[in-house]
Amino acid sequence: MCLAIPALVTELHDGAMASVSVGGIAKQISVALLDAVAVGDYVLLHVGYALHRVSEEEARRTLAMMAEAGLLQAEVAEMAQTTGLAGGAS
Amino acid sequence: MKYVDEFRDRDLARTLAAAIAVAADPARDYNFMEFCGGHTHAIFRYGVHDLVPANVRFVHGPGCPVCILPARRLDDAIELAERHGVILCSYGDMLRVPGTGRRSLLKAKADGADIRMVYSTLDALDIARANPGREVVFLGIGFETTTPPSAAAIAQAQAEGIANFSVFCNHVLTPPAIRHILEVPEIDPAQAARLDGFLGPSHVSAVIGSRPYEFLAARYAKPVVIAGFEPLDVMQSVLMLIRQVNEGRVEVENQYTRVVTRDGNRKAQDLVARIFELRPSFEWRGLGSVPDSALAIRADYAAFDAEKRFALSEKQSRETKSCECPAILRGVKKPKDCKLFGKACTPETPMGACMVSSEGACAAYWTYRRLETLAEMAAE
Repeated sequence: MCLAIPALVTELHDGAMASVSVGGIAKQISVALLDAVAVGDYVLLHVGYALHRVSEEEARRTLAMMAEAGLLQAEVAEMAQTTGLAGGAS
Repeated sequence: MKYVDEFRDRDLARTLAAAIAVAADPARDYNFMEFCGGHTHAIFRYGVHDLVPANVRFVHGPGCPVCILPARRLDDAIELAERHGVILCSYGDMLRVPGTGRRSLLKAKADGADIRMVYSTLDALDIARANPGREVVFLGIGFETTTPPSAAAIAQAQAEGIANFSVFCNHVLTPPAIRHILEVPEIDPAQAARLDGFLGPSHVSAVIGSRPYEFLAARYAKPVVIAGFEPLDVMQSVLMLIRQVNEGRVEVENQYTRVVTRDGNRKAQDLVARIFELRPSFEWRGLGSVPDSALAIRADYAAFDAEKRFALSEKQSRETKSCECPAILRGVKKPKDCKLFGKACTPETPMGACMVSSEGACAAYWTYRRLETLAEMAAE
């Protein structure tokens, strides 16, 4: 029920409606719940309504943190192994 | 699809799994409740539980709106369609849920009631516009994610003067339900103590923000990480929770920053506050009566309130006997603890809501682990 998908706004219409592309499929949705929606924005689409904008910058940052978390943990594990400590709690 | 595929990347999943394995202290257990049924399904669909060490456990929460709606409210919806002759519009998830005597909306439809599946409240408004001589009722269910679209429909109906449209409101709230799980000892005295943290909902939080969970950290000393719905989001959030536990930190952290802010969607919140008010109490399947946990339509909008427009009869509603949905929703039992699972109760012949909903725990076990679950049941 709470699932929502990212949709690209392609055109704005009267009555707080908009055309969006969801993975290549065109759809008409309501943007009544968001202020200042612009063509080119990615919005979170839920039961026909845009609920929130998706932040490109934050998405990139999250992916970078995921990659980095792995690197850090790999170093810790390596350190624990080479120093003969039981790996585990950081 | 952008913002989806990147968060399902296999190599990054391996990276995160390795990081979790290193971070998890083998000397202790980690029991994390994912409140939201969407997370339950992501965990099963992508096999996240197989990617974390055995001492990191997921406790499935009650965040499935179809599952927690008690038989009484469903019986009322069926009555609206059958006795009051309305066109009842419902999201597809609700149609097969068994009410009292295992009667569902789908059965009522087969018997001639005018029940229509809609994708959006926008569709329900279209049906009302196209049928000015009929009463059209939208069956409003769902948490804070799904409430703003119901509010928007009522606002639109008022603006346009669509007089034959109303909403049967069953919208519920997440934070009071989490508080209830932690606070009410008769639910299960051991449960609150056993939970080491919460995976916070993705899209509920897109609307309400992360602020409303801060009481959980402050008052109940439970770490919370708001988590996205993609598998990598869930894994990174689990890693963040493990680190909080290991370091003795108790905070509300936000993993899903690409959508969730501390304040959420103010415009949606304002609209919801304009149309709805708190119900003093609402009955949840599994949790019982929970104070201040649901919304009702304000008196100013009584014309759009199906509960005010139609006189609903008193009824002796009953949940399906021996269905363990209630205990499963509290997180104290698993689907394998229900003797109906996979036998009398399957998605084709559901006995309980948890098997019907795409967010129900039983449906997740059935879809993704039925052989393992049935084998475990046979062994016990």
